[in-house]
Amino acid sequence: MSVQLWTGIIVGLTFLLYIVVAVLSRAGSTSEFYVAGKGVNPILNGMATAADWMSAASFISMAGLISFMGYQGAQYLMGWTGGYVLLALLLAPYLRKFGKFTVPDFIGERYYSQTARLVAAICALFVSFTYVVGQMKGVGIAFSRFLEIDFTWGVIIGVLIVFFYAVLGGMKGITYTQVAQYCVLIFAYLVPAIFISVLMVNNPIPQLGLGGTLSDGTYLLAKLDQISLDLGFQEYTISNKSKTDLFFVTAALMLGTAGLPHVIVRFFTVPKVSDARKSAGWALLFIAILYTTAPAIAAFARTNLIETVDNQEYSSLPAWFNNWEKTGLLSFEDKNNDGKIQYYNDTNPAMTPIADSKGWQGNELTVDRDIMVLANPEIAALPAWVVALVVAGGLAAALSTAAGLLLVISSSISHDILKKWLRPNISEKQELAAARIAIAVAVVIAGWAGIDPPGFVAQVVAFAFGLAAASFFPAIVLGIFSKRINMAGAVSGMITGLLFTAFYIIYFKYWGGTPDQYWFGISPEGIGTLGMLINFAVTLSISAITPAPPAHIADLVENIRTPE
Amino acid sequence: MEKNIQYVAILLAIWFIVSFGFGILFADTLNHFRIGGFKLGFWFAQQGSIIVFVILIFVYIRLMNILDAKFKTEQSSEN
Repeated sequence: MSVQLWTGIIVGLTFLLYIVVAVLSRAGSTSEFYVAGKGVNPILNGMATAADWMSAASFISMAGLISFMGYQGAQYLMGWTGGYVLLALLLAPYLRKFGKFTVPDFIGERYYSQTARLVAAICALFVSFTYVVGQMKGVGIAFSRFLEIDFTWGVIIGVLIVFFYAVLGGMKGITYTQVAQYCVLIFAYLVPAIFISVLMVNNPIPQLGLGGTLSDGTYLLAKLDQISLDLGFQEYTISNKSKTDLFFVTAALMLGTAGLPHVIVRFFTVPKVSDARKSAGWALLFIAILYTTAPAIAAFARTNLIETVDNQEYSSLPAWFNNWEKTGLLSFEDKNNDGKIQYYNDTNPAMTPIADSKGWQGNELTVDRDIMVLANPEIAALPAWVVALVVAGGLAAALSTAAGLLLVISSSISHDILKKWLRPNISEKQELAAARIAIAVAVVIAGWAGIDPPGFVAQVVAFAFGLAAASFFPAIVLGIFSKRINMAGAVSGMITGLLFTAFYIIYFKYWGGTPDQYWFGISPEGIGTLGMLINFAVTLSISAITPAPPAHIADLVENIRTPE
Repeated sequence: MEKNIQYVAILLAIWFIVSFGFGILFADTLNHFRIGGFKLGFWFAQQGSIIVFVILIFVYIRLMNILDAKFKTEQSSEN
């Protein structure tokens, strides 16, 4: 059977599975719609959180990014996992004890202010919307590349599926669908990784295989360091870039994780406070399975790629090379017409004399980083069904993340803005209807934006973390651990942190700022960390010089921090 | 309550040391040591820190369950 047929079958079966799960877990009340009736088992919630968290980017792009960044890729590995420790220790149990539906709920009540609630709701909307557009685009790419369905139709199919189970089931439907999606995506990620690990270093555990030895007796990583150096790239396992920036980017991703509304809201869905902690632990464990496999895939794929193509006759390359050339993810241009592929770092001046002596006229191979995961099964000559599995896994990752984000969008509109602000008198039934309409409209707009994404969207996603770190994180942590922090402090802190971070990003991304102007060498990706520190400083000092919050707030904080 | 803050402080210190310490700031120094095919600094940056993160949360869950149980017995003996 062909890859395309296998893909059609496996993707079709997984979609059917999601729909069946969704029909079985429909939502009947606002509590079920927003927080799954607070009845989700913590281990299942951990799985759902993991699927929610790991997007198309984690699944498809991350290993490829790491394989080109080497050691530096650690910023994503640590940055997108370390935040769960903060969530489990500082936020999740307390927010669960607080016991409402959304993050703006907490901000609004703790800081006794409708303005604070509204600002939080708008931030949540903005972050979630930019993020969801990227997912819809990922769905379109997966369909168009593997099933030869038009990109637009790919997005429309994705929209219909999400529409069906998100509108019907709300958080309850989404959660149980995400459990299924986690199983699909982790299986799809591990199968090729295990195969390749066995082939290359004869170890069925990729995490250990990364430190394993190749058939010629050298360590995989030592070999990779050597061949990288030989081709003029930097050594794979060490960094020659600024440690400051690595530090700040990693911190911004961690703190942002702990401030993202679609992650935090997951911990509202479990029955007890202790379950919120458990959920965070299980979520991180399930995430870690993929995140510790990714660096192994990165190193395997990098070594494989270089060994396969470096100075080889173009005509003698394996079939996968030509297959992927057709997609444009790989391209070869024979600059010196010798019929061989020269792949090296032609921007490294040290390579110039070597290239000259060998008659090379520049790097001839362009590689899209996404290929490292997508083409892996073919590079390792795995059967067609494994390739199909990877496609289904990528779709599961994109759809699960999109659904979680859409729910935050819908609850921000129907709960935080409509019920808590514009129309406090609507009945629960009306609120539920509004939530369904909001999610339906949001998924259609997200799909439309995914087909033709406004230019800013792709760039903004990468900065959502910095913005979340600089705005939400201090307001929530201080709100839990201090009785003294008041509305004036929190609101001015959030606004300063957000504006500072946004302006820094905008200046360097749109107003022509250059890297040599970076403050302390911090890139825009990492500036959220500094924004967060500024937020803390402003919140603490403004709170200190303004009156303490009313007595019922102190009681609220006391109550949040008393065990059940 | 104070006991809880103490636990959090210790666990977050470990969190910081393995990731920002071993994985970033001292990675070059640790790279002089090896376990199997891994340079130690690189291992902490790409594998070790994540494994420690998971362990930290489960240790915290355990510690808090013990604290919660203690809190409950204290409460009921007061009543």
